[in-house]
Formats: sequence, structure tokens, C-alpha cells
Amino acid sequence: MTTKSFGEPILRKEDPRLVSGQGRYLDDLGHDALAAAFLRSPHASARILDIDVTDAIDVPGLIGIYTYEDLEGRVAEPLPLLIPHPALLNGRTGYPLANEYVRHVGEAIVMVIAEDRYVAEDVVDLIKVSYEILKPVVGIEDAKAAHNAVHSSVPNNVSAHSVKEVGDARAMIKSAPHKLSLDLFIERSACSPLEGKGVYAIWEEDSQELRLWSSTQTSTGVRAAVAAKLDLPLQKVECIAPDVGGGFGVKIMHPWPEEVLIPWAARKLKRPVKWSEDRREHFISSAHERAQEHHIEVGFDEEGRILGLDVTFFHDNGAYTPYGIIIPLITSTQLLGPYKPASYRVEFTSLFTNTVLVIPYRGAGRPQGVFAMERTVDAIAKYLKLDRTVVRERNFIQPHEMPYDLGLIFQDGRPLEYDSGDFPASMAMLKKMVGWDDFETMRSEYAAMGRKIGIGVACYVEGTGVGPYEGGFVQVETSGRINVATGLTSQGQGHQTVFAQIVADELGVPIEDVFVTTGDTRRFPYAVGTFASRAAVMSGNAIALAARQVRDKALRLAGEALECDPQDLEIVDGIIRVKGDHAKSIALKTVAVLSNPLRYAFDESAKAATQFAVGDTSKPPVPEDQEPGLEGKDYYSPMASTFANGMHAVIIEILPETAEVKILRYVVVHDCGRVINPMIVEGQIHGGVAQGVAGALYERMAYDESGQLQNASFMDFLMPYSTEIPTVEAGHLETPSPLNPLGIKGAGEAGVIPGSAVFASAIEDAEGFEIRRMPISPSELWELRRTMKENA
Amino acid sequence: MNPEELFLVEITVNGTPLSARVPARRLLSDFLRHDLRLTGTHVGCEHGVCGACTILLEGKPVRGCLIFAVSVAGSAVTTVEGLVNNDGSLGIVQRAFHESHGLQCGFCTPGFITTIHAYLKENPHPTEEEAREAIAGNLCRCTGYQNIIKSVLRAAELIDSGVRDDH
Repeated sequence: MTTKSFGEPILRKEDPRLVSGQGRYLDDLGHDALAAAFLRSPHASARILDIDVTDAIDVPGLIGIYTYEDLEGRVAEPLPLLIPHPALLNGRTGYPLANEYVRHVGEAIVMVIAEDRYVAEDVVDLIKVSYEILKPVVGIEDAKAAHNAVHSSVPNNVSAHSVKEVGDARAMIKSAPHKLSLDLFIERSACSPLEGKGVYAIWEEDSQELRLWSSTQTSTGVRAAVAAKLDLPLQKVECIAPDVGGGFGVKIMHPWPEEVLIPWAARKLKRPVKWSEDRREHFISSAHERAQEHHIEVGFDEEGRILGLDVTFFHDNGAYTPYGIIIPLITSTQLLGPYKPASYRVEFTSLFTNTVLVIPYRGAGRPQGVFAMERTVDAIAKYLKLDRTVVRERNFIQPHEMPYDLGLIFQDGRPLEYDSGDFPASMAMLKKMVGWDDFETMRSEYAAMGRKIGIGVACYVEGTGVGPYEGGFVQVETSGRINVATGLTSQGQGHQTVFAQIVADELGVPIEDVFVTTGDTRRFPYAVGTFASRAAVMSGNAIALAARQVRDKALRLAGEALECDPQDLEIVDGIIRVKGDHAKSIALKTVAVLSNPLRYAFDESAKAATQFAVGDTSKPPVPEDQEPGLEGKDYYSPMASTFANGMHAVIIEILPETAEVKILRYVVVHDCGRVINPMIVEGQIHGGVAQGVAGALYERMAYDESGQLQNASFMDFLMPYSTEIPTVEAGHLETPSPLNPLGIKGAGEAGVIPGSAVFASAIEDAEGFEIRRMPISPSELWELRRTMKENA
Repeated sequence: MNPEELFLVEITVNGTPLSARVPARRLLSDFLRHDLRLTGTHVGCEHGVCGACTILLEGKPVRGCLIFAVSVAGSAVTTVEGLVNNDGSLGIVQRAFHESHGLQCGFCTPGFITTIHAYLKENPHPTEEEAREAIAGNLCRCTGYQNIIKSVLRAAELIDSGVRDDH
């Protein structure tokens, strides 16, 4: 029997290429292309008065200098607002090149094209722009005060406002036996993939066709956006995501200004053009996330059961809203996690600031929501002098209550209904793994040595696999090679492996024979993209359905060839055989030959399919309701998202003199339904946890009051090295999703979500005072300690 | 303005003598990638912090983005492409990354592999803590480093078991 590969830690098919330097990332392509560089705004808010290129035009190797005035047709229009929403009252987007005003440091003003990137950057340095400098809006407090406006047409800097209520939370809090209020802050961070963005475009003048490569999380999205902007038929534009060096959300935004401008320039100049983002550009002209300020009112009973939860929060959306207000929408819905407060009210206001725009970064609003909710639960436990896990357990949605409707609308416009999950079992597993019940003994032992330790816990639920759909294509070649394609893209998630595992099992073929292509519109033109932990759920199921079509057709054709009932057949190791009579068999690749009746024999296997070799002469060579070839295509479009969940615990030690936080243990319990490849899921969790640690203890965007990002380099932005990241101990629960054929849920974002919450919980446990603002640096914690001591 | 003066830079890359005429300011990383078209060496920050461009200069790991190509004329350079065995099979560190799931997007990986290759020559039997320290000059955003540390230890195991490595 074929070895089953679903559920096995199969080594990745993409690795041999990538470890030997044979990957092809964006900047590895197009060595002979012209290079683009951008002059970007040095001011957070300014009016452009003049652009003087006098000194720049004589530089040898310069091809062209372009400002807003040079842009034509729809390229000169504002960039699209990708996700409109009724609560987004004042959505605003920028232009590919600034049109009179610049609204954040880093906004592109001039594009230079030259023979070489060095020359293009020389030219940028020689262009003089004069500005009328305006007063910027930096940070949530500044935006709320509204002394200055980011957009003169937007009152109070408010882009969006939303109120949602389930029950009468305010009345419930008023009548509750106990009440608490909390103010909670999270600062900015960013995806920071090791490879920045990049675009490479070739215009074929003879055929009037555009071929475009982008380091993107959605090649279909880029293709459609560029075709629209350049006024080209979709058929004349192809977009390919080559190997992509990490995404984490920032590359789902599209079209970035450069994704419009580089193809536009390639067509204009009739020469290939390329742009690769450098690190500083990535910091100041891509995207950030996370900055939110939350006010919580909560009412609860003697047992710690939440009767009413009222959350008011402010979201900093940066200078523009091209990706809509997905992040606060997710915070407002996913904040509830595994809990069922008797009533809930959430109100948010999204604010413009003169800073880099904000779009999803892995977790997308959930880390903030989980931080708000988990801090609240910890505060209740402290107030009632109850164990923190006991208060959590008392508020959990129970397994028998699944599916559980929370009465809200999720980010996909569908009801927020958890499909499955066993929260009490997850908590029991976590407590056992981390030794929760024995922690006080450990604390005393450390205290006896003069060491201070703390333990933290945090829970989350994550909506994954959001629609609308993905598709899959599976084809058996006459050589036995299986080609698989799906339209969404890959940035390191191992899709070439996990999708091959699915097809290998569904078709009964060796995984070595399966070759997966993602993110290439030439191979699969209908797709949405890779974000929101959706690829395995969406494309995994679509590919499984397509493979089942291929299997059905193969068995039918084999049944005809072997003169038996297809139901009596099985496919093992690429051979279709009669169950119990293995001598009666036909290779899958031979069925591929038979599936495509030929006139011309181009090789030995094709001879078998020519008109004089096969076929019932009483029927057409291809029966009326059939198509030639052994291939299948299908789509998966879910009714609703599927909800994964998890719980993290961390044990930390805080050094007495320096207030440095050392991680002693980090434990994860995770439930993402059926697991295709546990090695890859664990890898996703490790990487997510690392970003959670980073967001809790190290990374922030240090804007000064004039809107300058002061740490826009890897020298100053503290992305952790191996010495800062703990070894993760992971435990898995598998509660299959009832919503899709494979029973899977997404896993990509999980690890990062409870980061700030779990560290705040542990630091508060160790120090004894409230932690209300994350990330927290040693100097901030040290200062907080000093203030607490003085006040005591 | 006059065009930039070009200099002939001849270096031995992965055992093969190669050359190109480039301006004095051409970074070694760009020279390898765009002039010699060996794109296995990646550029992640261009200020010497991320380590993705780490190559071996006369066997020692250096940041390709902090050195001018003209400065290393006449030297021997090894890139990640050069750590593949002569028969095309993966070198030990490369194989260890594959077996330990030591990479996800793979962008930072070449810099880790060259660094670890040189490190294991110095210390072929690292402890877990030594392995963690050995890679602490390179950034990875995908893996959380856990499986890269595992890859270092796995490579040491492969060396001990006498698995073939031509470099």
C-alpha cells in the first residue's frame, strides 16, 4: 500500500533548491533590466513647491526622471481602496507618486530610471525638492487632539467609527457585583521580512503584452490591479510571484505604488525595468501595524464570570487606508477569544496619522485584542484572588456548545461562529505541560536563591481560512509526472510539500512525482492570495477536490480498459489495480495516454493513443460529456471561516539589577484541526512565537514628534537574534473542522497572537504591579519598578 | 559628467577564476549577484546587520555588503553555491537544514549556511548553547531559530558519522 503522507513530517520539496543557492527571488531576476530608485519625502507632512532636476539630468546612464506630472491616464489617479466597509466613512489612498502633498516620511515623490541602481540613486541625490513644511500628526493622542489634519478633507482625523453590541453590556456592568476598568496600549511593529518588496516588468512590444514579477502575497491581485491601472485587457497581463523571502502580511497589500509604476515605465520605455526595495525603504514606505489604545469596562460576578464587557479603542491607521479597516474589525471580533461574556459592546475609532500606512502584520489585530482580553481576565483574577486559569475556565465556551455563535459579524462579512474546539482540554494540557499547579514551589525555590520568576498564560481563538475561494488544478502527464497548480502564493509555508502530500494521498501516487506551482497567473488565474492563515484550508481543500476528480476519471477509464467496475479498483504507487487481484492492473500514466486520443505519435507512449490503436469505433473518440486529458480543476469556497485556537504559557526570570526579562520556558498548546505536516506546523509556531517575543520585549517603531522614524534600520530596530528567542515546547490537539473536506484549520499566524498578553501576564506575576503597555523594555520596566516603589 | 572608471576584478569563486569590469564602489555582494550572476548570496539590509550576504573570504565568513569587490581582487571566495558537493549532492550543512526544517522562506539561509560551515571547521562538536551563539550574528524572520540550532547540531552529527562533504 502507498505510504500515507497526510499527517507525516515529510521533508520539504522546496529545500534542495533553496539551500544550494538555486532559489530565484525577485532581485535574482532581470540582471539586464533598467533599475528604478525613488526620491522619498523627508517630511511627515508637507506641500511640494518645486522639483528641480537641473543637476541630475547630465548623469551618464540616466534614462528618465518622472514626477506626478508625468503620470498618464489611470496611473495618475489615486490608488484603489481595496476593502471598502460601511464603517470606513473617510477612506483615503495615496497616488503612485505624490500629488502636491506628502503625508508621511518615505512617500514616493520622484521615480528615477537608470542603467544601474547605483546611478539611479546618484540621480535621486541630485534632485532638489522644495517644500512647505506642515505640522504633522504623530501617534494616537495627537490624532485624537486633532490640532492638525492629516487630510484637510477629513474632520478630526477620523477614518472610521464602529459600534457593535451583543446584549446591553453597559447596563449589565452597572448592575454587576464587581467592576473594573483598564487602559491598555500596544505600540507599532512591522512584518520585516528579510526580503523587501520588489517588482520586475517586461513589456513585449510586438504582442503588446506585459509580464510582471512581484514579491507579493497575491499575484492575481497584482495582475488585476495593474491591468486596470494600465488600461490593458487582463489577458495581456501575467503576474508571477517568484520565490518570496517572507511576507507576514505586508506583501498582501497591492498595488503598491511601485507595482503600478515599474510596469508603466517598462511599457513606456519598451525595456525591462526592475526595482528592489532596500531596508530603509521597507521601514519608511511599506507598512506597519499594531498601534492601538484600549479602554475596558468590565462587570463580573463573585466567581469571576464576565457579565458585561465594554471595550472602546482607538486604532492608528497611518496616512492612508488602502487596505480598509480590517485590523480594528478583527480586533473587535476576535478579542473575545475562547470566552463568552454575557454581554459585549465594542466601539472603535480609526485615526489618520502622518506615519507609514497600516495593514495586517501576522496576527492582524488579534495580538492587540488578545492583550486587551487577557489583561482583563488577569485583572479579574487578581481582584477576586482567584487562580488566573480558574477565571479563564469559568468563562470558556464549552465543547458541547459548539458550533458557537458570538452574535457578531467577522472580517469576511459572515457571522462569527466558532466551528469546533475544546478549550478546557487545551487548558488542562497547557497546565500539565508547564507545571502550572507546581509553580509556587518553583517560585519559592528561586526566591530562596534570590531570584525572581513569574508565570504567564494567554488564550486566543483565530479565525482562519477566510473566503471567498481558492482553486486547484491537478494533471497527470503521460510520463507519470503530476502537475498541481493553485493561484495563491508562497512565502516559506512549504506549499510545494503540503499540497503534494494531499495529492499523493488522494491519487495514490508517490510524492516524488507531484510538482506544485503557486502564484503564477499563467498556471492558475483565479485566486485570492496568501493571508489570514488560509492557504492550507483554501487551496488544500480545492486541490483535494481537484485530485478526487482526476481519481474518478482515472478509475473510470481504467475500468473500461480492464473491463471491470471502477468501484473494484484502487490506486497504489501510481498503479491502478483490481482490489484483491493485483495482476490485473494498468499504470496511471498509461491511463493518461488513453485519456487523450491522438492523431500523431510523438513517442512510444503516444503510439498507444493514436486513432488506429484505441477506441470504440461506435463512439466519438472523446465522449460527448468528457474532455481529453487526465486532469481536474475544482474550487473550494467555504460558508464561513474555521476557527483555530491555542494557549501559551511562559515562565520568565527578571534580573533584579537590570530588569532584563529572561525566558526560562515557553509552552504552546495549539489546535489547528487535522495537521497535514506536523514538522511544518511546528515551524510556523516557532516563527510566530519569535515574532510574539519580538513584539512583547524588543520591537517598536520609534517615531519622534516630527514624524521621523528614528530606528529605520536593523541596527536600531531590535529584531531578535537566536540569543533572544526561547526553545518552544509545543503540544497539539486535533479538533477537526467540520466545515471542510480535509478537516483542517489555519496555523500560520497562531504563534504570534498571544505574545504581548502572555509576557505582560508573566511580568505582572513576577513584579506584582500592573502591566498595561507593551512592548516593555528593561529600562521601562526598571522605571516602572522605581515609580511603584516610590508610590508605595 | 564623465562615466565612472571601471576596474578589472579577478577573483576565484567556488574554485573557478572569474572576472568582470566594475566601478570601484561596486559592493562584493552586488558583484557576485549581478556581475557574476551567482544569486545564491542574498542582500537583506545592506548595512551589515542581517548576515544574509555572508560569504567565505579565504574560508572566513564576511559580510559581502560591507566590502568593495575591488578590495578583494585576487582572493578566493566561497558562496552557498560552492558548498554543494562535486557530484551535485547537498553539502553537509545544506543537508542538515533540509533534514531539520531549518528554513522556511529560505532568504536568510545562504548566510546561515556559509557561517555554520566555517564555524563547524573551528568547533565540530558544539553544545546546544554554542550552536545558539554560533548563529547569533544572522537574522531570520521565519523560523524562530529553533530548527536552525537543530541544523547546526545535525550537521555536526553528519560530520561525525563520516558523511561525504567535499568542502
